Amino acid sequence: MLKNDILEILENNSRIKINDVATMLGKSEEEVNVAIAELEADNVICGYSTLINWDKADKQYVSAMVEVKVTPQREQGFEKIAERIYKFDEVKAVYLMSGGFDLLVMVDGKDIKEIAYFISSKLSPIDAILSTSTHFVLKKYKDHGVIVEKNKKDDERMIVSP
Amino acid sequence: MKKAEDYINKKVLNMPFSGIRKFFDVANELEGVISLGVGEPDFDTPWPIREKAIYSLEKGKTNYTSNAGLLELRGEIANYLDRTIHVVYDPAKEVLVTVGASEGIDLSFRALVEPGDEVIIPEPSFVCYKPCVEMAGGIPVVLETKAENEFKVTVEEIEEKITDKTKILLLPYPNNPTGAILDREDLKKIADFLKDKDIIVVSDEIYSELTYGENKHVSIASFEGMREKTIVLNGFSKSYAMTGWRLGYAAGPEAIISAMMKIHQYCIMCAPTTSQQAAVEAIKNCDKYVDKMRKEYDMRRRVMRKGFLDMGLECFDAKGAFYLFPSIKSTGLSSDEFCERLLFEERVAVVPGSALGKSGEGHIRCSYAYSIEEIKQALEKIAVFVKKIKG
Repeated sequence: MLKNDILEILENNSRIKINDVATMLGKSEEEVNVAIAELEADNVICGYSTLINWDKADKQYVSAMVEVKVTPQREQGFEKIAERIYKFDEVKAVYLMSGGFDLLVMVDGKDIKEIAYFISSKLSPIDAILSTSTHFVLKKYKDHGVIVEKNKKDDERMIVSP
Repeated sequence: MKKAEDYINKKVLNMPFSGIRKFFDVANELEGVISLGVGEPDFDTPWPIREKAIYSLEKGKTNYTSNAGLLELRGEIANYLDRTIHVVYDPAKEVLVTVGASEGIDLSFRALVEPGDEVIIPEPSFVCYKPCVEMAGGIPVVLETKAENEFKVTVEEIEEKITDKTKILLLPYPNNPTGAILDREDLKKIADFLKDKDIIVVSDEIYSELTYGENKHVSIASFEGMREKTIVLNGFSKSYAMTGWRLGYAAGPEAIISAMMKIHQYCIMCAPTTSQQAAVEAIKNCDKYVDKMRKEYDMRRRVMRKGFLDMGLECFDAKGAFYLFPSIKSTGLSSDEFCERLLFEERVAVVPGSALGKSGEGHIRCSYAYSIEEIKQALEKIAVFVKKIKG
């Protein structure tokens, strides 16, 4: 329970100070530090990243989601083929999916050409891959539970109320 | 010739404006004020509830509902009371949908009080009880709860206030402004004491969803023999962050609800239809949002309490509503002085405990319906102020 509470807090704000987390949960700093260390060791916490709206940053970038159909390999299922795909730096995420295709691959690049090159010369030629279908992202509205464009709303409540 | 004010009913003319309102007028004039003074959630109403309201408007559901409120909503309210406080009410006859719990308070007194009847009102508490009793022709008898009891009302205190005119005991728990709650044991004692008394309990349980720690809210109505002499008042404002929707309800024995309904029928007609439509969604499907908000409040509560303890102010571990009620007696200032100086010198608005009852003197009400960042910012400024005063 404590671990889940810590994870929820860190998922929203990984930069929060540990003593604040401890106060919020009514625990000691020591207890929180131990729990986090365990979560890191168990790879429950896989890293601490920052949620960036690249559309607003001064950087050229395009991302795409690629639906991939594959032939599973004997004894290794999808693992081996997933590994071959996720080792590419261009690949930001790989999920095994239910439904009409097998793997969902998220790819980032600086422009459409770069992504097209990656798919046609690196991804598609992999033996087990039967077909790919690429969808370019036009606009991101919400990411990781955060509405990216949201401007901070003013507190419209009265200053004092009963 | 008479002046306009000469026409005003004397009772109303002599009724003071709420102490909080005076303070609001001052605070509102200043720029850059950080406030811990608000008595409403900072969360927006959960989207499914708002979405349901929009949908109902699109569908043209814009007529009056039945006086007592949509039967579907009353049914869901009865289900909710059954699953939370374990008291069974007949939605057709024992539940009334009101314009906020505030209307429920007013209706309760107007339906029950005869001239000269006494109503015991524990203080510190919400500002409207006393004026509502007076408007209904009754006599408010203030019971001053004590800091050393963590502002819980006790049987001995109630007994002291009872006369042969006592008709109603008001129970405002979880309490605004102290954050105090009455747990099962406290209530059991009160219920046992009231068992053979002809006294009706008006139980204002608007903060029932906001209790922290192991124990969930318990209602006096759930004790043996008490259902028949308790009016349970509750609403959607605090639990579902729906203050502006103005929607509450009363549940109680048929005869009393029916009397309240009569007044409601003539004065109000029915609670706002769009709000009622939205409330069905809230009470049926939005428990998880309430859980999430409660969890968030609880974290803020701990942060705020630690802040006060760190600056050397006593602050009991209040387990209800979204207020802490630290004592500022060690500063040597009165509540009013403390709040006024804090406002002018550090631009932080908190509510003087004395504005909510005499026994609130020496305390300030601080709401944690703010983000952790805002709370920490305000605490820093209060700490600077306290240090300056204490030297």
